[in-house]
Amino acid sequence: MLCVVRSALMRLTEEQGFAPAECRGLTRAVDEALANIIRHAYGGRTGQPIELLCRRTEDRTGSGQRAGLEILLIDHGASADRKKFCGRSLDDVRPGGLGMHFIQHAVDVMEFTSKADTNQLRLVKYLPAAESKDQIVKGG
Amino acid sequence: MKISTRRVEKTTILDISGDIDLAHSSEVRRLVLVEFRENRTPKLILNLREVNYIDSSGVASLVEGLKASRDVGSRLILFGLSPIAYEVLQLSKLLKIFEIYDSEEKALEA
Repeated sequence: MLCVVRSALMRLTEEQGFAPAECRGLTRAVDEALANIIRHAYGGRTGQPIELLCRRTEDRTGSGQRAGLEILLIDHGASADRKKFCGRSLDDVRPGGLGMHFIQHAVDVMEFTSKADTNQLRLVKYLPAAESKDQIVKGG
Repeated sequence: MKISTRRVEKTTILDISGDIDLAHSSEVRRLVLVEFRENRTPKLILNLREVNYIDSSGVASLVEGLKASRDVGSRLILFGLSPIAYEVLQLSKLLKIFEIYDSEEKALEA
């Protein structure tokens, strides 16, 4: 099913106005996050529930408004080890550990929270200012 | 994902098509390691022309294959990288550690 999610994410990010490289990056980030949940939170067991929520968001913290896309990934598996969220040095040529690097490279915000049996990964990517203005005016 | 194997003299070529992702990277890893560790292939070429997507587990399989090739004194060569595959190796800062060619002819001549 990961290929279905990738296909949907590519379409969604294109519709939101992201540049092609950003669309690929965001799609890769969500794919890697889902793979991490399957592999680590659910111990490799497929067929477990993962919620994927996407919605438009706005950043009003800076000098101007920026539109963006917020993606929430929610699972009910084992909580992730926060130490592994920093990724690894790319100078160290070895298999594994690249997924977090891909995620961090693609998004502006990455937050992980864990409460009771629910883990949530929040990813946000903002559009550049010009595209943001168009999105906010369209308001759709 | 589909993988077919060809042999040209002492070189083995794996033609891979589809996505090398969480569901399929273990098969790539297995076949590459078998070629080096069991078949002692002196030169293994991966044709990635029909590969649409590679995730971090796919990259990890390639890195593991490269290490296995070095362990037995063989060579792992890639050719036909799609822009997406190229981008992933670039992001991983791994372009320089792999032997990469544009075409099968150049990979065979190398």
